[in-house]
Amino acid sequence: MIRFDHVFKRYPNGREALSDLSLEIAAGEIVFVTGHSGAGKSSLLKLISLIERPSRGQLIVNGQNVAGIGRRKVPAYRRQIGMVFQDHKLLYDRTTFDNVALPLVIAGVSTKEIGKRVRAALDQVGLLGREQSVPLELSTGEQQRVGIARAVVSKPAILIADEPTGNLDPDLSLEVMKIFRRFSEVGVTVLVASHDIYLLEHFPVRRVRLEGGRIVATSQSPAGEKLLDPRKLLDHGAQP
Amino acid sequence: MTAWLLRHLQTAIGSLGRLAQHKLATTLTILVIGIALALPACLHLLVTNAQVATGNWNRAVDLTVFLKRPTSAEEARRTTERIRQRRDVAEAQLILADEALKEFRRDSGFGEAIDALNENPLPHTIVVRPAATYTNAANLESLATDVRALPSVEAVQLDTAWVNRLNAILEAFQRGLLLAGGILGLGVMVIVGNTIRLDIQNRRDEIEVTKLVGGSDAFVRRPFLYNGFWYGLGGAVTAWLITLVAIAVLREPIGRLAGLYGSAFELGALDPKASALLVLSGVALGWLGSYIAATRHLRRIEPS
Repeated sequence: MIRFDHVFKRYPNGREALSDLSLEIAAGEIVFVTGHSGAGKSSLLKLISLIERPSRGQLIVNGQNVAGIGRRKVPAYRRQIGMVFQDHKLLYDRTTFDNVALPLVIAGVSTKEIGKRVRAALDQVGLLGREQSVPLELSTGEQQRVGIARAVVSKPAILIADEPTGNLDPDLSLEVMKIFRRFSEVGVTVLVASHDIYLLEHFPVRRVRLEGGRIVATSQSPAGEKLLDPRKLLDHGAQP
Repeated sequence: MTAWLLRHLQTAIGSLGRLAQHKLATTLTILVIGIALALPACLHLLVTNAQVATGNWNRAVDLTVFLKRPTSAEEARRTTERIRQRRDVAEAQLILADEALKEFRRDSGFGEAIDALNENPLPHTIVVRPAATYTNAANLESLATDVRALPSVEAVQLDTAWVNRLNAILEAFQRGLLLAGGILGLGVMVIVGNTIRLDIQNRRDEIEVTKLVGGSDAFVRRPFLYNGFWYGLGGAVTAWLITLVAIAVLREPIGRLAGLYGSAFELGALDPKASALLVLSGVALGWLGSYIAATRHLRRIEPS
């Protein structure tokens, strides 16, 4: 689904954020990218979302070589990727409903269909009934879940999240991660950048550890072992 | 297609709502645009009204035709009839030499001096009133030439010089109108463009987020284009109202002035065609100004 092939990223100021990075992520896989701040986690995600472009090497996302995607094609490309941000990046003058509906409005989905899909997405993150709240009436955890609902409302094949739990306490972090897991279980490729040790301990999934722009360690999730009992997920996951 | 229309309608109304939230700023912008558009509109009013007014005066431009001496009264009547038959003549009145002398004796007070003359020194005279639709300088000139060519005509008196001068002045005004319209139109575009630029800066975060979730350039630009559309429309309507007020204020004194000159001239407002043109150009300028500004400035905002 996502393949980095000897990718380098050097910024105009000369800093090399990624060097000779090769990585392959299969469809439906959930992967943690870890490492200290400045290790290249954000750069890696920015390359996938085409906020930045590789200086060298090849990056293939969902069968497309990003080098071949011109400026005008970037919006269409981004619509197949859901993005979650540490600072949520919500629009504070609009209701929860309008925030979540934005990707669908951009895609030109009909009003009726938007209503259905926005409610479905809010239901998935446990915020059904809060459609008319504005972001400032919501807690940080709730705002983050609105951000997640917006990221998945158009059913993207890929979901990337940059420090999605950075501002959340451990309980809320776990809850957010459980939501991500559920998407991965229905076939969405999920890539999470995080340095949250607590979270990493509780979610034994595949990890890619970056240091100085290079992969220093990868660990596969223990094969055949059910990481979390889905029933347990439901018990804990749906708390408002 | 209907979904597309609906989306545009939503954007248009959304943009209107956003403008309504910032009442003072929006009002000021629209007022400035309105004043800028009102200037050429008022100039246009000035020119069209002046044309109508001089049209009235043209009707008072009569030709005086002096017949040769001696011409018989019979011949004078025939000539008058010939002139009256013309398409470009409304009325031709014959004043016979004898009548003219009588009138002159009565009004001038030179009765005795005239009595001393052996014969009547005055010629027969025909006062020709041109038809209303033939009162421009060129037509008057050709009428005078034709009449002058008639066998018994000695001379034709016509003062077209002042008509020519007036028309030249109006033409200069019309040029000035075009120039002022062009410059102020450019000004409207700059005003709208600058307002949109500030608007874009204020909504930077929103634009970034929209681009992040896959909004195309056209999608991000659309609300700003509608802002420009509303600014232009509001400005044009304001300009139109300004011309109405100007007319209302000036109508009475201008009417009195015209009355003093014996004219029934009345100040006219913008006709429907000119009003439509005003609104159309306002909308077009607002849209164009915002298009240029939005295209320029939105390109620079990229998520980071």
